[in-house]
Amino acid sequence: MSRHHHRFRLPISGYLIVLIGICWREGLRFLNQRGRFLSALVRPLVWLFIFAAGFRSVLGVSIIPPYETYVLYEVYVTPGLVAMIQLFNGLQSSLSMVYDREVGAMRILLVSPYPRWYLLVCKLVAGICVSLLQVYAFLAVAWFWEVELPPIGYFTVMPALLLSGLMLGAMGLLMSSLFRQMENFASVMNFVIFPMFFASSALYPLWRVQESSLALWWICTFNPFTYAVELIRFALYGQFAPFAALVVAGCALVFLAASILAYDPSAGVMARRGGPDAAK
Amino acid sequence: MTARPRDLPSAPGAGVPALAVSGVSHAFGVRKALDDVSLDVPAGSFTALLGPNGAGKTTLFSLVTRLYDNRSGAIHVLGSDVRRQPAAALSRLGVVFQARTLDLELTVLDNLLYHATLHGIGFRAGRHRALELLAQDGIADRASDKVRNLSGGQMRRVEIVRALMHRPRLLLLDEPTVGLDIASRAALVAQVRALVAQEGIGVLWATHIIEEIGPGDRVVVLHRGRVRAEGSYEELLARSGGEDLSAAFLQLVDDAGEAAA
Repeated sequence: MSRHHHRFRLPISGYLIVLIGICWREGLRFLNQRGRFLSALVRPLVWLFIFAAGFRSVLGVSIIPPYETYVLYEVYVTPGLVAMIQLFNGLQSSLSMVYDREVGAMRILLVSPYPRWYLLVCKLVAGICVSLLQVYAFLAVAWFWEVELPPIGYFTVMPALLLSGLMLGAMGLLMSSLFRQMENFASVMNFVIFPMFFASSALYPLWRVQESSLALWWICTFNPFTYAVELIRFALYGQFAPFAALVVAGCALVFLAASILAYDPSAGVMARRGGPDAAK
Repeated sequence: MTARPRDLPSAPGAGVPALAVSGVSHAFGVRKALDDVSLDVPAGSFTALLGPNGAGKTTLFSLVTRLYDNRSGAIHVLGSDVRRQPAAALSRLGVVFQARTLDLELTVLDNLLYHATLHGIGFRAGRHRALELLAQDGIADRASDKVRNLSGGQMRRVEIVRALMHRPRLLLLDEPTVGLDIASRAALVAQVRALVAQEGIGVLWATHIIEEIGPGDRVVVLHRGRVRAEGSYEELLARSGGEDLSAAFLQLVDDAGEAAA
């Protein structure tokens, strides 16, 4: 009998079905939560319409790559706002995983016969798909606000969004494994999202940060979110930023490996704490 | 599109239990939740895992479903080691957890389809199977309703339907009747007993409600993480000399308490 069991393999088509199923469910949940979509869209638009418009005359941006001429401040902050959408979405997906753990729904995912690392990657991919919808909806509205990008940029930004979405989603996944309850996780989001966003090149170029505070410049330089923003910024203009891509890919791998380890049934934190719904 | 596991383990021979747990211990930090637990669930049997709250039932279920790994002993589902051959073991295992695990915002059918895809069953085949099971259970008319609008008993029935979507040979139910009224509880027990009789599925039914256990059932008494007794309903009564299972259970638990003291 044991010989038969050693030969047991899950079919390749099954992996595809699992991926489609998880993305489909994430899409359904997203459509059911119209408020989530609206807030994901309104948040960056408020920054674009109010904050950027207000600071247009205060903050001058000199010509720096990838820009070939002076750009409006709204244009400068757009890549940062795109990355912000992905940052929020990554943590929102993780928040839903913490919620799923609390209500027990996470167990249904984890008792699938498919490898756990694969299930977690599928969850990440599903989150990235949702974030792509949000980003393109934002870019469409921004276009009417004079943020007109080269047409090719709307296509070349796609791989950059996949990579940055993977990094930010994996970071959220890792965080979701560390917290037992929604309340803890929600408060931590404030300590993560805002520092990551403000201490980056999303709102101002790094050379301006360096002029005003060297310490802050160092913090921005070590912030992986800075590289996600720069990767997206260059990709929006059809250009490739190799160092930013390398940093984002490296961080994505580290976060993903750590979260897979955290959810591992033998070595993970859950096994020590008492399982995925240990909060109860 | 429906994916069928390649080289599915051949049907286990006679005598291979649906579930075999041997020498399993588990601790969370210094707290020992399970201590050298061994038990069998024969194929086609209704086995009740009887124990008070905190006995270790949920921990045992977590190990059997590989939410985390057992660090000692072995757990086999129809001959497949849960830790070493998780895909083979989990693909033949259906489970209803103590906590409700349905997505309240989705419809009944969507919940079932989602579960089907997690087992590699495509949408068309999943839909067919879901409607078939819902019809058998008499709740096909609720397929398009959001789960939020179902009663507690209906939710449990949907969870059982969901656990059966991928045609498991072992069904685990962790205190499934908690929070249900008497009528819903009786209906649920009858539904699961029918599965055992008609489909030959092995069932492990964790409970602390003695009334859910009847003559002919196998009973495993778990208390403070240890198996205190295992056998048929009738054997347990005879062994303890009690008049009914409640008395027998209390005696076993008291004996364990005195031994520990």
